[in-house]
Amino acid sequence: MQRTQQSGKSRKRKEQAIRSLFFIIALASVMALGFIMYFLFVEGLPVFSKVSVKDFVFGRYWYPTSQPPDFGIFPLIVASMAVTGLSAAMSIPLGVLAALYLAEAAAPRVRQWVKPVVELLAALPSVVIGFFGMVVVAPFLQDLLDIPTGLNLFNGALMLAFMSVPTICSISEDAIYSVPVELKEASLALGATHWETIARVLLPASLSGICTAIILGMSRAIGETMVVLMVTGGAAMVPESIFDPVRPMPASIAAEMAEAPFRGSHYHALFATGIVLFIFTLLFNLLADHISHRYKQTGAATL
Amino acid sequence: MKAKGIIVLLAAAISGIAAQAAIAGSLVINGSTTVLPIAQKVSEAYMQQNPDVKISISGGGSGEGIKALVDGTTDIANSSRFMKDEEVKLAMGKNIYPVPFAIAYDCIVPVIHPTNNMSNITMEQLKSIYMGTVRNWKEIGGADGPIVVISRDTSSGTYEVWEEKVMNKERVFPRALLQASSGAIVQAVSKNKNAIGYIGIGYINKDIKPLSVNGIKGSVETTLSGAYPISRPLYMFTAGWPKGDILNFINFVLNPGKGQKYVSDAGFVPLY
Repeated sequence: MQRTQQSGKSRKRKEQAIRSLFFIIALASVMALGFIMYFLFVEGLPVFSKVSVKDFVFGRYWYPTSQPPDFGIFPLIVASMAVTGLSAAMSIPLGVLAALYLAEAAAPRVRQWVKPVVELLAALPSVVIGFFGMVVVAPFLQDLLDIPTGLNLFNGALMLAFMSVPTICSISEDAIYSVPVELKEASLALGATHWETIARVLLPASLSGICTAIILGMSRAIGETMVVLMVTGGAAMVPESIFDPVRPMPASIAAEMAEAPFRGSHYHALFATGIVLFIFTLLFNLLADHISHRYKQTGAATL
Repeated sequence: MKAKGIIVLLAAAISGIAAQAAIAGSLVINGSTTVLPIAQKVSEAYMQQNPDVKISISGGGSGEGIKALVDGTTDIANSSRFMKDEEVKLAMGKNIYPVPFAIAYDCIVPVIHPTNNMSNITMEQLKSIYMGTVRNWKEIGGADGPIVVISRDTSSGTYEVWEEKVMNKERVFPRALLQASSGAIVQAVSKNKNAIGYIGIGYINKDIKPLSVNGIKGSVETTLSGAYPISRPLYMFTAGWPKGDILNFINFVLNPGKGQKYVSDAGFVPLY
């Protein structure tokens, strides 16, 4: 009797210890994020004593080292949004349709081979994709379209699409594949064709998963640095066509940070650019979270 | 009693370390990021030959290095320009007499695609191209084709020379492409028949074609004679005439058989 009580007590203590261990582990990653954010803001905010927030965000000229300097990141923000948007326009149809094919139309053997290969595409280091874009795609685009330079917005978006298609395809495929089979069978039993079943039953049922996939793919694209540094050309201007060179925010930070004088206003301006980028990715993640909650399927009956 | 013993021991240890540091010698080098690759290569070689000397190098920019020299926080200040009058005054005010040593030359050459038929360009034309007022090769005597202007990131030393010698207070227009390294410029120019870029003389290879400027070919000879217009000397400054380890290091840097070898390895023009 006493023994069971005692073992119960020690079990409780053990439970408590494990619980606090996991709490500390969880806390560590939250704290790491907190420290990085703190550092980002401490290093970035001082620039606003030199330039107003409005002039920083909407300024048209980025000349951080001239006398006097101009710290306007509007062209960089537009570039980031344009590259991400255009790459989404390419990668969303490709990724989602490929996912539908793999989940619904492909023979099991094909699926078994193709899915790992698509996922392998995600494992390609971004510098390899960037190098490919710079050395192979850029000269090809130049010759094919007779444009001044192949290092431009379009090339950047294309390379980023390469990187986000695997994410979008793989997560969407999981979402579509995990729709309860009763739903599909019921739809087919009611006389719906395969296409009608896909369009009216499977897609709506897996919408939250697909949206999450898209947004994860896009947030990979907006924060991607190496690819845009290598293939977008790096001109700090608002693009007029999709074949103009642009300089997205991460490229600007990566190119200039190494040699910006420590704690000078250029250095602070680059960190402030980082804050803007951080706010963008934060919004993306909040949106993803919101959508996945909103369209969440809680059971087969909710459809 | 015990605590006292520990303190004595600690004190002995610390003084021991301090004494050793004084014997071993340590050098602090700060300043220009342009000179940084030279300083790094030379220091590595120097430390290999003199294992008892520790050299710590950082690159905060020329102004930063000179400020550190005046404040006494660095032994050698790397600079890609001569000291400004205010800086000299500031140093004199603190009884420091900065001594310049020219250690190498920086020579920047405009480069184009090998198939481009241009071979010479004037400083005026270079400036108009980088300001964006000349947009087609045929305006300056080349074949018909839009000029694709490639520049370096604004915080690089190479851009600094370009801005100072070619742009003459005008800004490089926003449409200019940016590459983050000389290697990337070579890569981009070699893949684009309408491109123009500029690189340090050490990066020239057969994939790109260097342009003469005002009829003068950028080379070691024309840089040293001062005839080639886009070049500048690079300096190391010391506080007063150097002594001891600092003198040894400066001598090493200036020695044609030792330090100067690494100058050309780093892509710059050596003194001899």
